[in-house]
Amino acid sequence: MTTPTPRPTMASRRQLLGAGGALVLATFWPTMHHGRAQGAARSGGTAAEQGMLVENAQGVFAPNAYIRIAADNRITLILPNVEMGQGIYTSSVMLIAEELGIDMAQVAIEAAPPGAGAEITGGSTSVMTEWLPLRQAGAAARSMLVQAAAARWQAQVADCTTRSATIIHVPTGRTLPFGAVAAQAAALPVPQKPTLKDPATYTLLGKPQHRIDSTVKVEGRAIFGMDVQVPGQKIGTVAACPVEGGTLASMNRAAALAVHGVQAVLVNAPNNTVCVVADHYWAARKGLRALKPQWHYGPNAHVTTQTIYDQLHDGLSGPAIVANTKGDAPAIIAHAPTTYTATYQQPLLAHAPMEPINCTAHVRPDGCDIWTGTQIADRARDTAVELTGLPKEKVAVHCQYIGGGFGRRLEHEYVTQCIEFARQLPYPLKIIWSREEDLTRDRYRPAYVDQMTAALDDRGFITALTHRIVGPAVVARWDPPELTKDGYDEDLSVTTIITPYTYPAYRLEFARREAPGVVTAWWRGVGGTRGLFVVEGFIDELAHRAGADPVAYRRAMLAQNPRALAVLDKAAQLAGWNTPLPPGRARGVAVQFAFGSYMASIAEVEMPEPDNVIIHRVTAVVDCGRVLNPDQVVSQIEGGLIFGFSAALYNEITLEGGRVQQNNFNTWRIMRMNEAPRKIDVLLMPSTEDPGGIGEVGTAAAAPVLANAMAAAQGRRYRTLPLLSPRNGATGKEQG
Amino acid sequence: MLSLNINGQSHQVDVDPDTPLLWVLRDVLGLNATKFGCGIAQCGACTVHMDGRAVRACNLPVGLIGEQHISTLEGVAPTDPVAKAVQAAWVALDVVQCGYCQPGQIMAAIALLRSVPNPTDEQIDSAMSANLCRCGTYVRIRAAIHHAAGALA
Repeated sequence: MTTPTPRPTMASRRQLLGAGGALVLATFWPTMHHGRAQGAARSGGTAAEQGMLVENAQGVFAPNAYIRIAADNRITLILPNVEMGQGIYTSSVMLIAEELGIDMAQVAIEAAPPGAGAEITGGSTSVMTEWLPLRQAGAAARSMLVQAAAARWQAQVADCTTRSATIIHVPTGRTLPFGAVAAQAAALPVPQKPTLKDPATYTLLGKPQHRIDSTVKVEGRAIFGMDVQVPGQKIGTVAACPVEGGTLASMNRAAALAVHGVQAVLVNAPNNTVCVVADHYWAARKGLRALKPQWHYGPNAHVTTQTIYDQLHDGLSGPAIVANTKGDAPAIIAHAPTTYTATYQQPLLAHAPMEPINCTAHVRPDGCDIWTGTQIADRARDTAVELTGLPKEKVAVHCQYIGGGFGRRLEHEYVTQCIEFARQLPYPLKIIWSREEDLTRDRYRPAYVDQMTAALDDRGFITALTHRIVGPAVVARWDPPELTKDGYDEDLSVTTIITPYTYPAYRLEFARREAPGVVTAWWRGVGGTRGLFVVEGFIDELAHRAGADPVAYRRAMLAQNPRALAVLDKAAQLAGWNTPLPPGRARGVAVQFAFGSYMASIAEVEMPEPDNVIIHRVTAVVDCGRVLNPDQVVSQIEGGLIFGFSAALYNEITLEGGRVQQNNFNTWRIMRMNEAPRKIDVLLMPSTEDPGGIGEVGTAAAAPVLANAMAAAQGRRYRTLPLLSPRNGATGKEQG
Repeated sequence: MLSLNINGQSHQVDVDPDTPLLWVLRDVLGLNATKFGCGIAQCGACTVHMDGRAVRACNLPVGLIGEQHISTLEGVAPTDPVAKAVQAAWVALDVVQCGYCQPGQIMAAIALLRSVPNPTDEQIDSAMSANLCRCGTYVRIRAAIHHAAGALA
């Protein structure tokens, strides 16, 4: 009954996607009793309100890890991926509800505990990995409930149907609520290959459903990690050495303890971090100011932004790993009559989710509870086990709503930090990072330099292409076994090897350069976002060089790819690509295949001056396979584009003396409503292909589509991000 | 001890007068709808109403509030028709993504619609640009404010 769970790392998922197939994870886990510690802010057992997370759901009928049905017809669904805005709780419920035969409004939801959920929520993989197992879970449960009801009625299973958590005997009209036969259903064997509904009969999937978390969020009642209230908790705020690798030199403990409300001053020697604990955050913050920790900055005190860029540009020559090759591209380029080379540069980026980093932990001799927003609950649990020496079953991670993930919560150093401090205290501790700590001690999307060289035929089309990526291999720290034996990080293949285009000859090289003085990490699409800016910028340059229309040039390259061609044609039509623009306006285009989804996007911009970009309109046409919840796909594209526009236009983490210089929203600029596109039109192509990912799709398009539109507006190329950097002729006066 | 009028109730709190209202709401009174985002009045996640005006709770010292009435999201709903219309519009258009900034957005929108019942796009942008949304829900926020204005008309 147990299927071994393959280790679903981000890279391996993407590899499989690159092979054109969707990865299917383990379908059924054994029914498990979670062994979660009590003491949660809320627990199951009472009628739950839609969208509020419950815990420890019990049910007499628990056919698999996802479904609990109680005798009183209470239905709880245990959801494997975490909700951080992407709408996965809603689509997960839709998948189960469609096959189980229940209404969306009838369910309570619980975040899966570590070991029972997805190991990670990231890489735009949630829908892809849930698509089959959650439907099977619903169908298996429905089959067992119907069998139990039919047995009670001494009727035929074939004469029974289900609706709204009720089994109906069609010939007689008799009904039984699920709960009434839950105990009998539980005694039946779990069908291993339940029959799934014909998609033509879907009543939920493919039709817009409201988010199940909308109401609790607009009423301010959704509980994020930041909102967790555990009886007896105190609030701590932390400071780590502002230079990576530095050590604590001195501090004024007495001054901190003298602040009204301060309870304790803690030092975590291994990580060189201090924590001031108080009755409330403000007292902790004042205490930390009074503490005035002083640091030895250590070996990274000399690092500047230029140190990092110099190292990356240095990697453009010399040895590199060959990540992918087809034909002999270097030889073709060497003998080609015409070649074209361009070099692209991208900065370090912070995540800056609206909810600053936080974690609550209660470490006791007999157990440990952790409440936080995390995309990797398993790792958080394992770290707690390691640090406390407690057995696994004595450590509970209570996953909360996440106030923005974007890859930041694929790191869990803040959980480690919280446990290290909380274990020094007899009471529960909530640590809250100031926004300044959040930005200056983030783990950053790496900076990269890319160089592409093309050999061109007499019409200006590619006959051979070489592409060298210089930068860190994020996976080498984050999941070392996923680094290939040659030392390649396959995340870098997204939108470079994995692309809608085919080239006659091709060579992708990777020169690994780990940035000094910063820890680099995932972001909203590391490979996809960084790669697409380079590739679509370069294709656009080649079109320009050939004197070709950028859409027509791409069309010619996509003749073998009907799905890509279809989204491009539709986008061109909707955006009026071939219609004249008002004076001063220009359009740019980008086409992509990433995370299993195709998209073509067109931006219409105006640049009254080099510092001022008005984005009038963005048109995006998406083919992400079968769409589960159409309006939420649209929402992810709208938001993903705007998230990406902030980074593309404004964002660059810089270092001086080893210290990050951007420390709050006055120096880390986020796109505001008056700067957001006037209009974003998203069209979804009908498709019966398996679902692709969507969370990072819009963000990947943002920089290339905007850079290409700005290039058309200004008659110059943009090869360096951020677009409004002084390096691109902007004064930077708008920054901050 | 300081006395504060919050959501129509008087509260006595034992904090320094320089303590920002945000932390009294969240950590002392347990009113969690008002969010911490930046601490320097740059993001608007902590937007509350003071005598009906939208203000940032993260840099408003409680010692300066005096008799003025504070409303948080917990307090404006569900009795106020403008608040109800705004929240209904947010649900109807499924504005939220992560949702963390939305209490602040909603408080700003309520204050806007009370003073400008039928705002233009420009008036919405001007009133709402102090509220950051990292998920990028701006297009829907704009639409939802129009939707709410229509429902109230």
